[in-house]
Formats: sequence, C-alpha cells, structure tokens
Amino acid sequence: MTEAIEVQDLKKTFSGKREVRALDGVNFAVEEGTVFGLLGPNGAGKTTAVRVLTTIIKPDSGMARVLGHDVTKEAALVRSLIGLAGQYAAVDENLTGRENIDMVGRLNHLPHKAVAERAVELLGQFDLTDAADRPLKTYSGGMRRRLDLAAALVARPTVLFLDEPTTGLDPQSRNDMWEVIEGLVEEGTTVLLTTQYLEEADRLASQLAVVDHGRVIAEGTPATLKANLGTTVLEVGLHDHDDASRANAVLAAVGSHTPNVNGTIVEVTVDNGPQAAMEALRSLDQQGIVPTAFTLREPSLDDVFLALTGRRAEAEVESGVEPDQSRKTPDTSTDAESARVPAETNPAGGRS
Amino acid sequence: MTTSSITVPTLIRAPVATGAAGRMKWAIADMLTITKRNLIAYTRIPEALFFSTVQPIMFVLLFTYVFGGAIHPPNGIPYVNYLMPGIFVQTVAFGAVSTSVGLAEDLQKGLIERFRALPMARSAVLAGRTSADLARNVVVVIIVTAVGFAVGFRPTTGVLPYLGGIGIILLFAYALSWGFAFVGLSASNSETAQVMSFPILFPLIFASGAFVPVSLMPGWLQGFATYQPVSVVVAACRGLMIGGPTATWVIQALAWTLGFLVVLIPLAVWRYRTRT
Repeated sequence: MTEAIEVQDLKKTFSGKREVRALDGVNFAVEEGTVFGLLGPNGAGKTTAVRVLTTIIKPDSGMARVLGHDVTKEAALVRSLIGLAGQYAAVDENLTGRENIDMVGRLNHLPHKAVAERAVELLGQFDLTDAADRPLKTYSGGMRRRLDLAAALVARPTVLFLDEPTTGLDPQSRNDMWEVIEGLVEEGTTVLLTTQYLEEADRLASQLAVVDHGRVIAEGTPATLKANLGTTVLEVGLHDHDDASRANAVLAAVGSHTPNVNGTIVEVTVDNGPQAAMEALRSLDQQGIVPTAFTLREPSLDDVFLALTGRRAEAEVESGVEPDQSRKTPDTSTDAESARVPAETNPAGGRS
Repeated sequence: MTTSSITVPTLIRAPVATGAAGRMKWAIADMLTITKRNLIAYTRIPEALFFSTVQPIMFVLLFTYVFGGAIHPPNGIPYVNYLMPGIFVQTVAFGAVSTSVGLAEDLQKGLIERFRALPMARSAVLAGRTSADLARNVVVVIIVTAVGFAVGFRPTTGVLPYLGGIGIILLFAYALSWGFAFVGLSASNSETAQVMSFPILFPLIFASGAFVPVSLMPGWLQGFATYQPVSVVVAACRGLMIGGPTATWVIQALAWTLGFLVVLIPLAVWRYRTRT
C-alpha cells in the first residue's frame, strides 16, 4: 500500500521566552485515500506537525514526506500537491467568496477560465452560491470555514491538511463541515485532520494517533482506542466527599478502568453502558448511597488522556500558535466539551 | 448542504516552473494577483482612502492659512508654492505606514501563513503589496494636486518637469514602502506596526525643508535637515515644479531612492523569509 504521508522522528523546538519542544520525535504514516486523525489537546504539537508537512516551517531534524517528496528539499513540488485549511480561516475578509477562491486558484497557477468554473462548482458544493459575491466580512464563522476549505480545494489537491476544522463552530456548522469532509473522502482525497474532539476523530478518521507533548502516545483505529478505553463514561454526582469515596469503591466493580474521583463526582468508563448503569444503581442502592446526578456520556479527549497517561489533558500554548484556545482549568474543558457535542449530533453512540 | 460527489475532470495546473524564464513569468503573475487583491481591498474600505486624503487636505489648509503667514520662503516665492512639494512628500511618506500595517494584519490573520503553503513565488507577497501601494499613491498625488490648485498652488515650470517631480515622489514612496514592509513584518500586530512607524517618520518629515526653510532652524539641526532624504526629495520637486536649483537635488534624490531600494528590498525579503 502506498503512503501519502510519512513522518519519521520529526523534531521541532521553538525558542523564545520559554523553550517549547513542539515536536519531540514524532512518527506516523498515512495511507493514500484515507483520513488520518491527529488527536490531542492544545499545544500537543498537532499544528506544528501540519506546519512542517505543509512546508510553512522547517523541522529541526527528522524526515517528512508527502507523496514521496521531502517537504524540506522538494518544498515547491509539495506545495503544488497539497491543500491546507484550518481553524484560522485564512481568508481575505475584504474580498468576496468568489474573489478569494479566484486568488488561491491563480496563485496555484491554474488558467483563468478553469478557476472561474471551479469556483462556481465549489461555491455550489459548499452551499455558498448565494453569498458568493458578498465580502467575507458578512460571513458567519461556519461560512468562513467552508469558504476556506473551498479555496484549499480549488486545485484539487491530492493530500489535504485540515487543522482543527471545526474548533469553535456551533453544532450545526460542525455537522455541515463533517458532511463536507466525508464527501471529499469519497472522492479519494487523502486527508490529515487534527482535532481535539474524540467524536470528530471517531466519525471521520480511519486511523488515529494521539499526540501529547510532541510525541505520539497511542496509535490505532478509533475502534481499538475506544475498546481500550471502554465505550461509555458513567458519571455519578454525590452529596459529599464521604459519599464519593464510598461510591468510588462500589463503582470500581462495574468499570473497565479504575474510577476517577473529581470532587464529589465519580467518573468511570464502562463497556456496556445501560447494563453497567443498572448494576451501578443497584450496588449504590444496596450501600444506601443516593446519587445527586447520574449521567452516561460518550468519552471525550480528556477520558482518552486519563486512560492513556493517568492525567488530564493539559492545555499548553504552542509558541503563540494557538493563542485563543488555551484553557485555564482542565475540569471546565471537560464540561465544555461534553456540552458542546450533544448526543444527537454524535453518531458514535449509534455505531458502537 | 450538498455533498454530491462530482466526476473529476483533471484541471490543467501549470507544472512547477522550470528555468529562470518560467520562474520569472510566474513571479510576475503572482505579484499581479496579490496586487489585485490589495487594490480590491482598498476599494472595499473607501473610508480608509477618504481619510488618508483628508489628512493632506488638512495639512495644506493648516500650513497655508495658519502657519503660512509667519513663514517667509526665500526669493519671495508664495508660501503655497513653497509648501506643496513638501505636502506631496509628507503625504506619500505617511501613506507608506499602510504598507507596514497591511502586512502586519496579513501575518496576524494567518494569510501569509497560508500563502507560504501555496506554490506561489515567495517574492509575490511583498512585491504585490508594494505595487498596490504605488498604485494607491498615484491616486493620492492626483487628489493632492487638485487640492493644491484649489488653494492657489501654481507650478511655474511646465507640465513635463511637474510630472518629473511627481515621478520622483512616487519612486521615493515605493522605496519607503519596502522599508515599512520590513517594519510591518517585524511587528507583532498591526497596532504595533503603526506605533513603530511614526517615530521613524516624524523626524524625517518635520526636521526637513518640507514646510519651513532649513535656514530658520538652529545650526546643529541644519546639516541633518538639509541632506536627509525627505529634504532632498522635496528640494528636487521644488526645483522641478517651481524652479530654482534642480539638477543637483534631482541627482541626490535619485541616489537616496536607489540606495533605499538596494538596502531595503533585501532587508524586507530577508525578514519575510525568516519570520515564522
């Protein structure tokens, strides 16, 4: 099988006020025609990996190839084969949607007529025909992302890099974006996707690498990663710490991993949600423990991290690369993440 | 959302340029694409162009009617005639700040990052920006000429020397744009770019012969004020527009401009390459 992307022992350190080892010996390979997900918290090194692979920055050491071409030595050739879209919709907001696509097409050295036709096609495909001749200033966040992606596709890249394509989008726009990406994959484009959302990686990627502090800490299909993790998280809220520690002991018997006590909340990953829930309630009842809250939810990136590293995902700002995403406390990010992906927009539950 | 998969006719993409001629052809095409993009942006924010012309109008009115009565140019030249070449140079010099602000904004918004991943010529981002600013300056000098005529500016040398003066101003402004491109690429954001630009411009504009004869300044300042680039360019324009010593100033003005281009273009390009 042919590899569209190959990365070997890639290293990159940013010097500055504080030295940041953004990539600390990263290895992975992406098969042609598949979607590969780089999953990790902010500052894990995902964006840096994408910047190296798209020839924007040079690595300190190691090897990175796109379609067999070295990204440092054959940068010009690599640029003509790839497309890049990301969390910062890098579009000119004074230009209209059509003008933006036209600009990127021209900079890809496509003939004028071909660009104009392709723009019409892409604007239609991405549901932007009505807004095509309006300046981007008037676009919503979701529309900008779609336009950004449309511009990245103007030259029909063989390999597409999507750097957190749905971060900060509302559930509806996120769903739209997912559908668009799925459509691309059907056309045979190889996609490297970075994301902080396990749901997104699970839905789109056929192969995943979990990244932490510039290293790949786990690799596999979403199914294997989730199998290691348990498919569902059971969250039980208790009256006080006393109850919590008693519940902890009880829930250890139902979980596939050791439960995690977080204040008066006990979290445990379980394999069979409903069955485990019944068991948990029965055991709690037998011990006379009355929960204040009882929730079954999909595992989040935080849960993957907890299972893999024994600690929560830490946000670490990556040399100013991901400035507005840094979060102060990991606990609130868990809440925010599970809140942002309501069960109905999440097909993972139905599939597993 | 329509996600109907489409049959894919292969687009004819130009191959990676081979040979110097091919690379040059694409470098020019890319530069024009970026120039067009920047010019479209100027037309979408007409208020920016409006206010950048209001400023020279206010300077003309201020110096003509407020300070002008107290300033007596040599040889009995009417002050407004003495003033206008200075206003031209001051206007395009302040205008060069927009080069630094524009590039800083492109960096901040991630556009330059995106350009780096495209198979375009590396030189196009800077060459396109400075060309667009040159085009904008053409519009600005036409407006300033009109304002000048309205307040009594009367060039005495004829059309060709006048256009020669305008040419020197535009060339000088183009050279300055490259310097401010360097400033913009060195700033962390567009606000900083703007703040960084003015301390460079103020001494050049005001400690010069643009508005006031250098002979009225204290002795220690006269040496700098006579030979610094803004004064030299203003003196060359005065010669070309209203007469007086010309050739020596024109040669010095062209020497400054050429010197700026030789130093500032490589400096800006180097900053663009190293800025990550």
